Amino acid sequence: MLYLQVAANGLVLGGLYACIAVGFSLVWGVLNVINILHGSFIVLGSYLALFAYQVLGLHPFLAILPVAAALYAVGHATQGLLVNRVIAAPVLMTLTLTFGLDLMLNNTMIVAFTADYRRLNLETPLGVLFLGDVVLPGDRVAAMALALLLTGGLWLLLRGTRLGRAVVAVRMDRDAAALMGVNVPRINAVTFGLGAAMAGAAGVLLALIFPVSPLNSGLFLGKAFTVCVLGGLGSVPGALVGGIALGLIESFGALWLGPEWAITISFMVLIAVLALRPDGLLGRRGYA
Amino acid sequence: MSGLRDWALLVLGVAVLAALPMVADNYTLRLGTVFCMYAALALSWNVIGGFAGYPSFATAAFFGLGAYTCAILQSAGWPMLPALAAGGALAGLFAAAVGGAILHLRGHYFAIASLALAEVLRELATKLEWLTGGGMGLNLPVPAMELHAQAAFFLHLMLGVAALAGAATLLLRGSRLGFALRCIQQNEDAAGMLGVDTRRAKTLAFAISAIFPGLAGGAYASWTHYIEPPDVFDVLLSVKPLVMVLLGGLGTVFGPVVGAGLLLLFEEAVWRSFLTLHAAVLGVIIVVLVLFLPNGLMDATRRLLGRRGRGAA
Repeated sequence: MLYLQVAANGLVLGGLYACIAVGFSLVWGVLNVINILHGSFIVLGSYLALFAYQVLGLHPFLAILPVAAALYAVGHATQGLLVNRVIAAPVLMTLTLTFGLDLMLNNTMIVAFTADYRRLNLETPLGVLFLGDVVLPGDRVAAMALALLLTGGLWLLLRGTRLGRAVVAVRMDRDAAALMGVNVPRINAVTFGLGAAMAGAAGVLLALIFPVSPLNSGLFLGKAFTVCVLGGLGSVPGALVGGIALGLIESFGALWLGPEWAITISFMVLIAVLALRPDGLLGRRGYA
Repeated sequence: MSGLRDWALLVLGVAVLAALPMVADNYTLRLGTVFCMYAALALSWNVIGGFAGYPSFATAAFFGLGAYTCAILQSAGWPMLPALAAGGALAGLFAAAVGGAILHLRGHYFAIASLALAEVLRELATKLEWLTGGGMGLNLPVPAMELHAQAAFFLHLMLGVAALAGAATLLLRGSRLGFALRCIQQNEDAAGMLGVDTRRAKTLAFAISAIFPGLAGGAYASWTHYIEPPDVFDVLLSVKPLVMVLLGGLGTVFGPVVGAGLLLLFEEAVWRSFLTLHAAVLGVIIVVLVLFLPNGLMDATRRLLGRRGRGAA
């Protein structure tokens, strides 16, 4: 029975990890840019949700769309004004650029919001869900469901809309897409914006579960890396598989070795998968 | 011959810094020590990042490994210098072993794998309390010396590390290995097809780029008498060398040293007045560098003066 409970916890965590990683994976896959800002975007989303709840009384579930829209604007501007200028440079340059931007954003958040860990406590939590012997807090389950919904929404957007097909076209062949009349710099900015929006939405959901602090951004970034590497780069199903795999690995690792080893385990898994299967567990490149 | 001139420059620089304790106060000596540390880290990063073109973020891993090895051995009663050497050697061996596993990765994948190395080691250093003292950190024996003598001693120690790194860079530049690395940087597949043993060359370069940070970490631990995991495995230790090399010019010999000096000047001048915005200011420097001076300040100055420089290395 204990195993069932641990597996259920792992699945809930995994759904959130998928949501953390899917935007990061999109930016990496389409733009070939490692967005170090991703972790700070998530934290920024958490703070916006926190303030929306405390000041405006807006329930976090309702704050998801406005927060995602705000971060979309930030992401679109970042790519359009800054990253697009060096998009053709070697990976070292874009990586270093987003790293520098992350130092600025994260430091600003520490100064503005302080590094204290804050909690978003709902006045009316959703109660507890009993599934046989498995016990799950309702808010977590709802957060996971919304995370999966958002992830699925992004997948539909990429598959079913004109804009989404343009993003996938740029991912497959940048030059050919340009020749077919796709405005590549604009699609770059849209893609980066979508990645940031997903990060913001993930941040809102995470605020319900984890304490909020700028110091968490590195942790979330690490999760996004690991999930991408586990599931394979640049595909929504890959992020889903990778997220759930990481959630289960961490839950069972914590059960067998003790919770303090969870982070070490996930980094060990990261290095092992990179060394053995650099294309991820699904083992195929490309975007769905 | 530019080779001779560069050796002369290296000897001259080392001599000037070595003579510093005769004229300078302890504050200047501290700055000199940090400068030597930065120069050693930047020169080492340049071997893998500049020559071979592999964006490594593993400097902090090697630095911390050297620091902890040196600290643990000294606590066990080893004298300082053998403990230091052991730290450098272990960092080099570690890099060679791990390099075999991750150096087949390209681009971002390699960057992330190297970044994760430092994270894993930091977590291990925090968890293995019986060995490392965990989050409490480790105290090192304080040498029985008067303050100025101590400052001079550690300046000379760190200068020795930096001089070794500089000499290694100069030797590497003219060697077959250096040539192989530059081929790998330009086109790895072509280099492999033409008979360059790319795996061996990259692993050697990674190991070389680990030895000096390992030594510098050991010297740093002995110098500050106290280390803890977030301090010696700090991700900024991986990023600063890259910034210094970008400042000075990628793949050149003395660019990293110039970059180290410039970054140190920035740190002292700007961060003293903006203590809480320390990281943000570094971020601004990075962004400006990448967007406006991708070939380094030295190159920009050269172009500004309207003269064509000798070019990279």
